[in-house]
Amino acid sequence: MSAPLISLDRPNSYIGRSLPRPNAKRLLAGRGRYVSDLHLPRMLHAAFLRSPHAHAKIVSINTDAARAVEGVHLVATGPDLAKICTPWIGTLDHFKGMTSSPQLPLPLDRVVWSGQAVVAVVAESRAIAEDALELIEVNYEELPVVVDVDGAREVGSPLVNPGSANNVCFRSQLDNGAVDDAFAKASHVVEEEFSFGRHTAVTLEPRAIVADYDPAAGMLTVHHATQTPYQFQDLYSRHYGIPEARVRVIATDIGGSFGMKLHVYHEDMAVVGLSILLGRPVKYVADRIESFVSDIHARDHRVRARMALDARGGILAMDVVDLTAIGAFSTYPRTSVVEGNQVIRLIGAPYCFRNYRATLEVIFQNKVQTSQYRAVGHPIACAVTERLLDMAASKVGLDPFAIRAQNVIADDAYPHTSPTGYRFEALSHQACLKRLHEIMDYDSLRAEQADLRKRGVYRGIGIATFVEITNPSPAFYGVGGARISSQDGAIVSLTPSGEVRCLISVTEQGQGTESIIGQIVADQLGLAQERIKVITGDTEVTPHGGATWACRGAGIGGETALQSARALKRNILEIAALVLQEQPSALDIVDGEVVDASTRNQRMPISEIARIVYFRSDTLPPGTQAQLTVSHHFAPQGYPFAFTNGIQGCLLDVDVETGFVKLLKHFIVEDCGRVINPMLVDEQLRGGIVQGLGAALFEECRYSETGQLVNGSLADYLVPMPMEMPDIVIAHVETPTADTELGAKGVGEAGTAAASACVLNAVNDALAPLGATINSIPITPARVLKALKRF
Amino acid sequence: MSGFDETLLGEADETVRVRFVVNGRKVACEVAPRETLVDCLREKLELTGTHAGCEMGACGACLIQLDGRAVHSCLIFAVQADGARIDTIEGLSESGVIADLQAEFHRRNALQCGFCTPGMLVNAEELLSLVAQPSREQIRDALSGNYCRCTGYEAIIDAIYAVAKARSGGVTT
Repeated sequence: MSAPLISLDRPNSYIGRSLPRPNAKRLLAGRGRYVSDLHLPRMLHAAFLRSPHAHAKIVSINTDAARAVEGVHLVATGPDLAKICTPWIGTLDHFKGMTSSPQLPLPLDRVVWSGQAVVAVVAESRAIAEDALELIEVNYEELPVVVDVDGAREVGSPLVNPGSANNVCFRSQLDNGAVDDAFAKASHVVEEEFSFGRHTAVTLEPRAIVADYDPAAGMLTVHHATQTPYQFQDLYSRHYGIPEARVRVIATDIGGSFGMKLHVYHEDMAVVGLSILLGRPVKYVADRIESFVSDIHARDHRVRARMALDARGGILAMDVVDLTAIGAFSTYPRTSVVEGNQVIRLIGAPYCFRNYRATLEVIFQNKVQTSQYRAVGHPIACAVTERLLDMAASKVGLDPFAIRAQNVIADDAYPHTSPTGYRFEALSHQACLKRLHEIMDYDSLRAEQADLRKRGVYRGIGIATFVEITNPSPAFYGVGGARISSQDGAIVSLTPSGEVRCLISVTEQGQGTESIIGQIVADQLGLAQERIKVITGDTEVTPHGGATWACRGAGIGGETALQSARALKRNILEIAALVLQEQPSALDIVDGEVVDASTRNQRMPISEIARIVYFRSDTLPPGTQAQLTVSHHFAPQGYPFAFTNGIQGCLLDVDVETGFVKLLKHFIVEDCGRVINPMLVDEQLRGGIVQGLGAALFEECRYSETGQLVNGSLADYLVPMPMEMPDIVIAHVETPTADTELGAKGVGEAGTAAASACVLNAVNDALAPLGATINSIPITPARVLKALKRF
Repeated sequence: MSGFDETLLGEADETVRVRFVVNGRKVACEVAPRETLVDCLREKLELTGTHAGCEMGACGACLIQLDGRAVHSCLIFAVQADGARIDTIEGLSESGVIADLQAEFHRRNALQCGFCTPGMLVNAEELLSLVAQPSREQIRDALSGNYCRCTGYEAIIDAIYAVAKARSGGVTT
């Protein structure tokens, strides 16, 4: 009944086609509807007084003057919200032994990072609320601050959580044996200690929420700029004791998220409570400075790693210790240990070797929480592996391409299980390596580099292979007890006028979810895409599902759309068969017309089927109950994750006088399985790469010795801007997953996963003739000059 | 005046009447002296297409046209704009002056979340009004105050380049 997925020459073939996003036109006209734009009747505004100390006891709070300000409706402190909100703890069961302290919207007696919200003021305008904040007096008694990771691990260090034995949140070890033997027998060993700075998402629209509690209906509606509305529906319901069916979370347009807006933030939980206390809508939008001190940060790893190789450059073993500092507690509900866990499991992933040992230690400190941000763990694992491999190549005397070609898992050797236990269905490292070599024109780049060096230009060429985790099953969060779904649901209807409406649980943040879902539904039903309306992001309207996280929209949401569209098509053709007195299998739908499957002759438009079903059911055979609405769920099965792979290349110049790095060009060959919309996939790759380039060269949350963030503004924290970014050349290899009909895997993290590793390798390549090496990210001019002993 | 004590009215309550021509129509509103133009446009005039991203002139999300030139509306108080002609993304869309830019951005998917897009378009229009056929390098330079976290910029540069060519009578690619 259905034609092959990728035949682009048939009518209504949308899978594999570059099409613009229908919804982008609104955004281009300034007609976006972001939560920060929202204004509701009787809406009030919240502002928060924040702790100036990284660690302090709250001795007393005087809010009398603030309460007296005209226009102030409520001043709330920790105990006020603790009466109505139950605490949360950011641990998951499958991370054995992890600890984290219970959290409340506002603290009762102690602050644990500088910037933590302490008192909330709700007023008729944000300005009045902020005026009132200035009249609040808080007496703090400063406590010893834990800032750096070494200090935090010392015996006798001050404790982030008094009463605990130490500052360790979680420890984990992987060891499949014989690592010491392998190192003893090795012909070559390379070893390095790497550091990866903290950085943060810096979405252009800061976090925004409007909570609207209606006491008469007992109904909470939250307009929340988030990727995961169902997760928040569950959390607001459970922590505020409101039945789930009476909590509605609406996620409309959102000005960027990248993982940052799917975590629980104290202010967001507080705003819900403030609305409950007042029975009125309450709005809070973080300003930029608040974003820097309260959005999750990411990375902050120090990794010591070594690699053993045989005489020819074949990898024998790796031995890794990852220390990561996460802030004062673990993030809820996804924890702050997932990144470290992925670092130690993804190290070495592209390569064939047997013996692996890794230790992960996750440490508390008095800084804002870290948690999942785009490409969780991947950039660290990739940089460690790929830099060690380049060091090994230079020791053995191999070209970076040659050592990778020698060590990658062969394209015909799947399925393959990695030494860390990941099961790979099918990857394409060899094909990607070959393709990258071609698109870079690698040999001429090397020749040019040699010429330039003679003229004192230090050009660097770097490559980095990566493996990306996509299409996660319940193995990711569900098994740990988190109520985070890995399945998705869709409701697809043929409307009375013969159009199709698809309500689906995956959400849109600009990556084009709604577009690709529309393409899949149109393709599978046999309809022009303009006749499909896709609706996402409202828990009262769309069925429960995972929404958007960890690269799952196309792979899992797309398969949900495909299966539900096929189910609706069966139902439409059943009715068509009755009307036309044919077998359903003899009919098909093309361009909105029911046709003879064999001759393609038009029989009747599906709008006519809809008319009959909705308005003249009396003309159908007795006993017919037409189902022109299909609700369908899809949960991933088979492999616990659909791994993807690819390789990136980078071309840059290092100015050895100033330490500045000039990015010249970037390359990627990527394999995300079935490509649904090539243009959108390419744009995901470009955006992801640029986030990785920011991490590589610019982005770092810098703290003082007293735990103060010292560069928390867009003037001080450097993000990648157009002038510094290179053009990016893209090529694809397509290895669809056999676990779904659609065959799509994720692509959202691929760019970020390897971009910084690539730059690290390229900078080291440029500096090699000078005997200098870099092992820290971001690679700032100061670090380059330090490596050159010129600073 | 009766009903409440005048001293309850603090400094923050004082407002100033300002008048602008916004998107071709005369408007007047009462603003506090401390109110920025971006807040006035978004909250008083409900022109929410102009966005506040950094509130310090670093990100470009709040760019509007003030008397025909691109200006950061977060760096100017509403009272300073009294008497000015202001054009926002809403007006520029309706008048059709940037329709070619919008179409090219759409065709190339030169936007994802769309939050930076109004500012990008205002700045692109500014550039093309000053330089008829900028190079891709000049476009990158001109946009160096417009932050986009989603796209990686390349499609934006390509879109503006193509429109510049088309406006100069060249062939778009």
